Amino acid sequence: MKPVIEVENLVKKFGNFVANDSLTFSVFPGEIFGFLGANGAGKTTTIKILCGLSSPTSGKVSVAGFDVYRQSEQIKRNIGYMSQKFSLYEDLSINENFQFYGGIYGLSRKEIRERTKTLLSRLDFLKAQNEVLRNIPQGWKQKLAFSVAVMHQPKVVFLDEPTGGVDPITRRQFWELIYEQAHNGTTIFVTTHYMDEAEYCGRVSIMVDGRIEALDSPKVLKNQFAVNSMNEVFVKLARATK
Amino acid sequence: MKGFVIKEFLHIFRDFRTLLILFGMPIAQVLLFGFAITNEINHASIAVFDKARDSKSLELQQKLTASGYFDINMQLDNTKAIEKAFRSGKVKEVVVIPPQFGKTLDLGQQTTIQLINDASDPNTANLISSYTSAILRDFAADANPQSTLLPVATETTMLYNPELKGVFMFVPGTITVLLMLVSAMMTSISIAREKEMGTMEVLLISPLKPYQIILGKVLPYVVFSFVNASVILLMAYTIFEMPVNGSLMLLLAETLLFILMALAMGLFISTVSNSQQTAMLLSMFALMLPTILLSGFVFPVENMPLALQWLSHIMPSKWFIIIVKSIMLKGLGIAYIWQETLIILAMAVIFILLSIKKFEVRLNLK
Repeated sequence: MKPVIEVENLVKKFGNFVANDSLTFSVFPGEIFGFLGANGAGKTTTIKILCGLSSPTSGKVSVAGFDVYRQSEQIKRNIGYMSQKFSLYEDLSINENFQFYGGIYGLSRKEIRERTKTLLSRLDFLKAQNEVLRNIPQGWKQKLAFSVAVMHQPKVVFLDEPTGGVDPITRRQFWELIYEQAHNGTTIFVTTHYMDEAEYCGRVSIMVDGRIEALDSPKVLKNQFAVNSMNEVFVKLARATK
Repeated sequence: MKGFVIKEFLHIFRDFRTLLILFGMPIAQVLLFGFAITNEINHASIAVFDKARDSKSLELQQKLTASGYFDINMQLDNTKAIEKAFRSGKVKEVVVIPPQFGKTLDLGQQTTIQLINDASDPNTANLISSYTSAILRDFAADANPQSTLLPVATETTMLYNPELKGVFMFVPGTITVLLMLVSAMMTSISIAREKEMGTMEVLLISPLKPYQIILGKVLPYVVFSFVNASVILLMAYTIFEMPVNGSLMLLLAETLLFILMALAMGLFISTVSNSQQTAMLLSMFALMLPTILLSGFVFPVENMPLALQWLSHIMPSKWFIIIVKSIMLKGLGIAYIWQETLIILAMAVIFILLSIKKFEVRLNLK
């Protein structure tokens, strides 16, 4: 199978500071790829590069079959993004948010209407579609933001700490959404601080100080480090480099 | 792109405070400046200490009242009462008429009327005393038409604003301040808000190009600013009967240019600030205060120290006020104001270039 994200020897420097030190990895269609690392490890820099917001200092990077140096416009069309900050407009209704984001991605009015309906009924939230977002509980907002991010049916969705500040039950529901989406063939690229969530991923990479120190399925990693949870894997790795 | 503009309008209409600022403000300001802050005197209360009490002095009092500028609220009968009258705060001026006033006048001799003013408010004091002096001169001339010692009457003709209407001064200033406020401040705040909320990130990741994002954010405010300017002009025209002596088209075109310039400034501010508060403070201190203080809107630039005069030259609002006055009051055409127009145009270009540069740098670094 051809990978959706291909990164080879990616280097990103800010002056003398090396944020990404020759990263190499591939992500395959329909995969849930966990991108872990402590704060400041360089995760956000990598995501920015993959989204076409920032260009690498050197290395080969392609997303959805497009090259980040020359085809960032096509990349933008084929990816979805949801950030740790809540990214919908608080003063607009659910419907208006969907309309706006659908419009940005060039969907027709009919497409927007249909997809809004499908996505909202999946969340069982159709009745609230004219509600202004400000009045909606945080957990729901997060799920709505995810729905908006996949509305234009992107090949890859980048989730930057999507479940920050959300209660365990909603987090659980959120991951069910992610699974469903991945099952339909969308690739999920997710960063998280919750190590229990890392266990849900197909494969995880762990970044320490700008380098990928480990990359495999949670099961293999746990065996490799002879521990019982991803949390311990993470702590061991972080300690080893200190 | 269309969706973007619609969304921006929705933001504005959903937010009651924004709406209030956008539409309530211009009307309130024009009415305020037009009616309250005025350089004219209307029924100022004064007192008279008439030591003569003859027919001439009564005639003089009548003339003062008849002018409509003054109301004589108190008649004083001793010197001590003068101070008391001022202390009570009920009078702004005391006119002291000397004894034998009528007799002296009939003899054709010189006499002196004393004007005592409450100078705790120097501007008003000045105005009142000069109005009174004018009436007194008039009176003296009437009283003794054959006199060879005709009092020297200075005759001042007020061009363009013969009635010295304060509102003619304030309308151009108000338009300028409001356009600055709506265009620069509102745009910078609304862009900063997107950054603060994290929606800017999503927009940047979307296929929208940076110029589309900027245009989408800016267009609604162009419309609003233009509507605002028109409302102010209409109010000035109907309520205060301010003339538009020059070409209306030219005036509107210049207004549009100034809006463009203010928007460019707003954009620039938003590129250097990351939160709504910063954007707001920057707009307040960098735009609003200098606009009000240094543009010649409230205080004449000519009376300022040289350094401040120089500073006022880089205030776009100063040039715009000149343009508006020239068109509305003097009825001048583009031939007379092309320099000012060019200055504003240059400023707009500079700010647009600066913000594009800033915007790109920000994209690359973060």
